[in-house]
Amino acid sequence: MFIARLVFIGVCLFLFSDAQASQVKEFRLKNGLKVLIVEDHKAPLATFQIWYRVGSMDEPTGKTGISHLLEHMMFKGTPKYGSKVFSNIIQKNGGGDNAHTSKDYTMYFQTLSSDRLHLSIKLEADRMRNLLLDPKEVSSEKNVVMEERRMRYEDSPQNLLYEEVIAASMKTHSYRWPVIGWMSDIASIERKDLFEHYRRMYSPDNAFIVIAGDVDPEKIMSDIKKHFGRIKPSGLRKKTAKKNTVNAEPGQNGERRIYLKKEAELPYIVMAYHTPNFPDNDSYALDVMATVLSDGKSSRLYKSLVYEKKMALNSGADYNGFHRDPFIFTFAATAAPGKDIGEIEETIYDEIEKIKKEPPSDKEVRKAKNQIESSFVFAQDATYTKAYYAGMFEMLGDWRLMDRYLEGIRKVSPQDLQAVAGKYLNELNRTTGILVPQKKKGGPGEQQ
Amino acid sequence: MNSNKGILHIFALVLILTLFVFSGETFALDIKKQDLPNGLKVFHAERKNLPIVVLTLLIKASPLDESDEKAGTASLTAKLLTEGTAGRSAMQISEEVDFLGASLGAGAGKDYTTVGLGVLKKDLQKGFELFADILLRPSFPEEELKRKKEQLKGMLKRQEDEPGFVADRAFIREVFGSHPYGRLTEGSVKSIDAITRQDIIDFYRANYRPDNAFLTVAGDISQAELDTLLGLYLKDWKGPGTAGPSKHKAPEKAQRTTPKVIIIDKDITQANIILGHAGIARENPDYYAVSVMNYILGGGGFASRLMKIVRDDMGLAYSIHSGFSGNKYPGAFEVGVQTKNESADVVVREVLKQMRRIKTELVSDKELSEAKSYLTGSFPRRLETTSKIVDFVSAVQFFDLGDDYIQRYPSYINSVTKEDVRRVAEKYLNPESYVLVLVGRQSGMKLHQLQAP
Repeated sequence: MFIARLVFIGVCLFLFSDAQASQVKEFRLKNGLKVLIVEDHKAPLATFQIWYRVGSMDEPTGKTGISHLLEHMMFKGTPKYGSKVFSNIIQKNGGGDNAHTSKDYTMYFQTLSSDRLHLSIKLEADRMRNLLLDPKEVSSEKNVVMEERRMRYEDSPQNLLYEEVIAASMKTHSYRWPVIGWMSDIASIERKDLFEHYRRMYSPDNAFIVIAGDVDPEKIMSDIKKHFGRIKPSGLRKKTAKKNTVNAEPGQNGERRIYLKKEAELPYIVMAYHTPNFPDNDSYALDVMATVLSDGKSSRLYKSLVYEKKMALNSGADYNGFHRDPFIFTFAATAAPGKDIGEIEETIYDEIEKIKKEPPSDKEVRKAKNQIESSFVFAQDATYTKAYYAGMFEMLGDWRLMDRYLEGIRKVSPQDLQAVAGKYLNELNRTTGILVPQKKKGGPGEQQ
Repeated sequence: MNSNKGILHIFALVLILTLFVFSGETFALDIKKQDLPNGLKVFHAERKNLPIVVLTLLIKASPLDESDEKAGTASLTAKLLTEGTAGRSAMQISEEVDFLGASLGAGAGKDYTTVGLGVLKKDLQKGFELFADILLRPSFPEEELKRKKEQLKGMLKRQEDEPGFVADRAFIREVFGSHPYGRLTEGSVKSIDAITRQDIIDFYRANYRPDNAFLTVAGDISQAELDTLLGLYLKDWKGPGTAGPSKHKAPEKAQRTTPKVIIIDKDITQANIILGHAGIARENPDYYAVSVMNYILGGGGFASRLMKIVRDDMGLAYSIHSGFSGNKYPGAFEVGVQTKNESADVVVREVLKQMRRIKTELVSDKELSEAKSYLTGSFPRRLETTSKIVDFVSAVQFFDLGDDYIQRYPSYINSVTKEDVRRVAEKYLNPESYVLVLVGRQSGMKLHQLQAP
């Protein structure tokens, strides 16, 4: 039900590092379904997550948003459990459930008392194969998603600009589509499209389960085998793997600029640079660089744009490295009232040039690593996030990559930051978008 | 992390209500209390699962303690704590906090202010020292005040682009009038401009005192470690003189007998709707029956009537929720929903219909038992993390819910009957005289129909 825009601020750690990945226990059913279990007995709670390897990048042209709409429909019932029964069962057992769709995956989760985990297993197994996709429900849910799109994008000038910048920065790769889909595409999706997408993508060999919490792995596995073991692998993914391969993004040879004119109070800027994804050798330094630039009130962008020059209300740098394919490194800032967005843009370039000219100090790099470490440790406090980290790396290929990531972050040097800034944060490789506020058409009215 | 907004927002209001919800059977929290000689109460919950420590100081200081003309003083005072102390500049504080990978900050809400620290165990002493420094020795530099005021005014301007913010501001203003609950905790551009450095210093002196606050500490910290830190950094904390008498006033009850409709024209595709009126205080004995009633009406996410009808059956909204904010004084009851401009009138009519229905018809046995089992069964999740525990313990103390609150909560909920649900709906819902705020494209909304719902 929500769109995940991964802003993954560091999944790193040093305190736990080597012990971390080894906490994960891996199992695999004969039908290809992989199960990862992370035990945590601090409280009688557990999180169940099922990840499908399908996101908006896997969608057919003209049907953008189909993965997200399908995610909504997954709550609309099977012959055995009618519409919304899934969530009702979880809620009346004191649990919470939801799902999100990203460019790369679709993930469903429940967090509940660990003695109720059998409910997740039974219900998720059922909807992996037996979805109703009632045409009437499809048509009603399309309206719900269109309302969601209005709320998140049409009526949010900053989000709309972000969407525009992504669409302009990617030419061939399907990452250019918004996860929620274009309005006209959403309108065009029919029951048969959803059914085809569902049958193709929802199978044990195209999914994996992650469980974190107060569980006994053996007991859980026997329950999982009982419910998921009978589901046949589709094999479709293997057969169509080639067809699914999206086209790689060609190199960019010049800045692309776009302007969005909407009713808004303040100008806003978003910049996107093409960058490789994890686990490329450069990904670690890109991650640390984003932290140096924008994590905390002592970060470079905050200090310069917000604190000293008072040009911007907020600023950010974000490395989108946790994706199946190469994506982008972004900058964003909202102008303070009366300030020039052009000067903000120049100041961001100045900050980029500074890193290119002179590597940050050892202390600054260490500070960034401390911030990444600490946010990782704090995230371990909730079973949901614990499961999420394991799932994220599995989605990228293997949960064991977590250790490689940590190792990589640890090795980053100030010179590495200088090198990746020089390699990727260049004009030729940039797409810049500016929100140009338009005046209101009418004044406020009031009536009794 | 991924931005899990969306549906979780639906529960935001419910969370205010059900801050202390749990199933008592298996859950217990071991909390140790002590009173320091300077009047500061300290609560401590040790937990060894992770090498982290979280602490929150709750100060009974809020917009309730400031004047209308200087609205925003409480909030600004809190925000300036991290912007300079006797021995550190704002940038030094940020550098040191960030170097620890810690979080340190303060903010004012409707009823109280919190100052919070989250830090790795290995950096606890350094973190605690920073925490005590900003709490005890803030210097409120003139330049930082000026900077913060400009930032706040800028943020207020930016939020004009958020229809939900615009709707909420108009709604509370209409429901609570000149009472502090009727304005933003940040204040307005005008009131922020009126605040001087002396106002901040006076507010700090009058309210930031150990006998007006309590500290909650949770995580990987033993009693002995805590005692050492308290002795080193908070023992000598003293407020000047004695605490003055409270000047708080409860909001006046509106004399409204007909609906008040406020339409704010904005060139957007959806109408952002808030419908509601004054609600109840947290201490109201009906709070628990109201929790159950609200869960069934619109607080229970996909289990609620409003969500089932307006989203699932009609396909008219992505999210719709209702909630009572249980504040120190009666807070708001509100239903919030976004729908395309053209559907605004249909949705409003449906909301009113459901409010009338729950006032007249008894809810079903199934609805009642499912609401109770959710409210009691979801408790352990609400105390899952160290920071949730700290917030919980602080709020239990502030609202004086009792040391055995965890044990007693299930019986509070389980004793609610169908008749209670109807009784509190009858008493606290008013579908005849409410405030209705619509932010959207006026020409797209069918306004004449909203006149006589």
